[in-house]
Amino acid sequence: MEKIVRIESRTVVLDIDNVDTDQIIPARFLTTTVRKGLGEAAFHDWRYAGNGELNPDFVLNRPENRDRTILVAGDNFGCGSSREHAPWALLEAGLRAVISTSIADIFRNNSLKNGFVPVVIDEGPHRWLKANPGAEIAIDLEKTQVELPQGPPAPFELDRFARYCLMNGVDQLGYLLRQSDRIGAWEQRAGG
Amino acid sequence: MSGQTLLAKIWDAHEVVPETPDTPAVLYIDLHLVHEVTTPQAFDVLRANGLPVRRPDLTLATMDHSTPTEPASTLEELEKVALPAAAGQVRAMIENCEEFGVELRGLDSPERGIVHVVGPEQGATWPGHTVVCGDSHTSTHGAFGALAFGIGTTEVGHVLATQCLLQRRPGALAVNVSGRLGPGVTSKDLILAIIRKLGVGGGTGRVLQYRGETISALTMEQRMTMCNMSIEAGARAGMIAPDDATYEWLHGRPMAPAGADWDAALERWRELEDRGDARFDREVSLDAGQLRPMVTYGTNPGMSAQIDEPVPGSGDPAIDKALAYMGVEPGKPLQGRDVDIVFIGSCTNSRLSDLRSAAELLRGRRVADSVRMLVVPGSQIVKREAEAEGLDEVFLSAGAEWRESGCSMCLGMNGDTVDPGKLCVSTSNRNFEGRQGPGARTVLASPLTAAASAIRGRVADPRELMDR
Repeated sequence: MEKIVRIESRTVVLDIDNVDTDQIIPARFLTTTVRKGLGEAAFHDWRYAGNGELNPDFVLNRPENRDRTILVAGDNFGCGSSREHAPWALLEAGLRAVISTSIADIFRNNSLKNGFVPVVIDEGPHRWLKANPGAEIAIDLEKTQVELPQGPPAPFELDRFARYCLMNGVDQLGYLLRQSDRIGAWEQRAGG
Repeated sequence: MSGQTLLAKIWDAHEVVPETPDTPAVLYIDLHLVHEVTTPQAFDVLRANGLPVRRPDLTLATMDHSTPTEPASTLEELEKVALPAAAGQVRAMIENCEEFGVELRGLDSPERGIVHVVGPEQGATWPGHTVVCGDSHTSTHGAFGALAFGIGTTEVGHVLATQCLLQRRPGALAVNVSGRLGPGVTSKDLILAIIRKLGVGGGTGRVLQYRGETISALTMEQRMTMCNMSIEAGARAGMIAPDDATYEWLHGRPMAPAGADWDAALERWRELEDRGDARFDREVSLDAGQLRPMVTYGTNPGMSAQIDEPVPGSGDPAIDKALAYMGVEPGKPLQGRDVDIVFIGSCTNSRLSDLRSAAELLRGRRVADSVRMLVVPGSQIVKREAEAEGLDEVFLSAGAEWRESGCSMCLGMNGDTVDPGKLCVSTSNRNFEGRQGPGARTVLASPLTAAASAIRGRVADPRELMDR
């Protein structure tokens, strides 16, 4: 996995609360058996009109937002299903992080396993970010803070283990596999 | 163990390596449910690393999301009725299970069905178990006093390879429910009321434990409906402490303990019963006695109202957007709104008792001419049991469709979809935009309300059709 220490970008603001995983990637795209090729499916039914044409009003379709990598979204981002296709699709669509006031549990876990950075900050700086789309900001994992063009940085919490894995490009499966002796001992004790 | 929540008791018993500030716990998983949608990439990881499935004996596999609800018991038959990509996913599941030595309740299995129906049906979900699946509605199994939650595909790979997960302990939130549910009011209505109270993010980071006299009086199938939708309040899981109803359900099922093992298990399970002394991080209370049938009017499961209660008026932009999407008039009750489709099915409400309650209203009546009604049993076993009681005849003679088991129209992956702009009263769990197909409008309701709406051709209160 790629090491992630700092992400710098102008922001894309999607000021909608409770964006669910069916919006991030509709279920009909989940019949795939691979991880790749889902970028086009990201926010598909918001990005494209019913006739398949690009919806020019959707924020991610605006030309100025094409290369931006940090999404600022409303409260409770990623609620709904456990589909890991959601962060896979967002990453392939060019996004690297989401900032919100809360992020749904399973989506957050899935994101952290794939190097898509879920950032939860306080309402004050979040409100400022929503009011200032295109702001040039940085997400710093070393300092666990979001650096804003004005005012103090906004701190965020990030599980220490997840942060270590992101910053060092560690795949968590390797860590688990190294516990196999203890897992075996536990199974013996449990009689399983 | 006095003062401990059910969550804490189960967690402590499954910590292979305790959590520290620097590292999450290594948590042992007793039962891993797998299906075709969220596993192919996980099997690929095992293959790429030369790893076996550590405990195929603790892995229960079936197929539900992509499988069509038209008859198909072989791949050749499936390819005639399924979407090509869906058929490819089914094929991959068959091949992966074969390669890794996992028993699959496949296309030709009499036990195939929705994974959250099959597990309890087989007696695979026990009190005190940790249960995971690459599906957010794994919370269903909490009805048995298990800690059961949804995981992503990377974590599916972790469990396949190590039978463990890296997890931080969530918080515990008690939902205390008192009062007796009135006639025509079901546990589906109750859980919709709880989600409305908590909000769709209100359970984030926590496990809900449903308690109180109302919960104790529920059957296991009613409890499963409630725990199933815990995720719709954002909760990690939902659970109910075991009691005699739990043990009665499990006794004699194929994968439940038997003989001397049963007695030993029962002794362990009784330790998990609710003695009322647990301390929770937060508690909320709800009186179920005054509850009326609930329907959702918007585009998340928290946007619900009692059936005769006006939906919110305009003003809140999120509500306005949802009402516009749904084609619902602000400030008026949803009752009376025209209905195009009625879907009875999904891991929330597709068990025998759900089908029985819908059939009770439909017996001797007709589905309105303007309505297409689809009844999809949760498993092939539920299907056969329903047919043995003649429920299929009730549905068919009322003008409804009677299908093979699967997730079907809950999420529209298998060809069963709702057309753009059409309104579907559905016994499923999510009314998100496009959930049942692009532009589809979903009203979540109980099987009773769904059946009543099918008969009337509009959103209807089932109590008007009861007691004939």
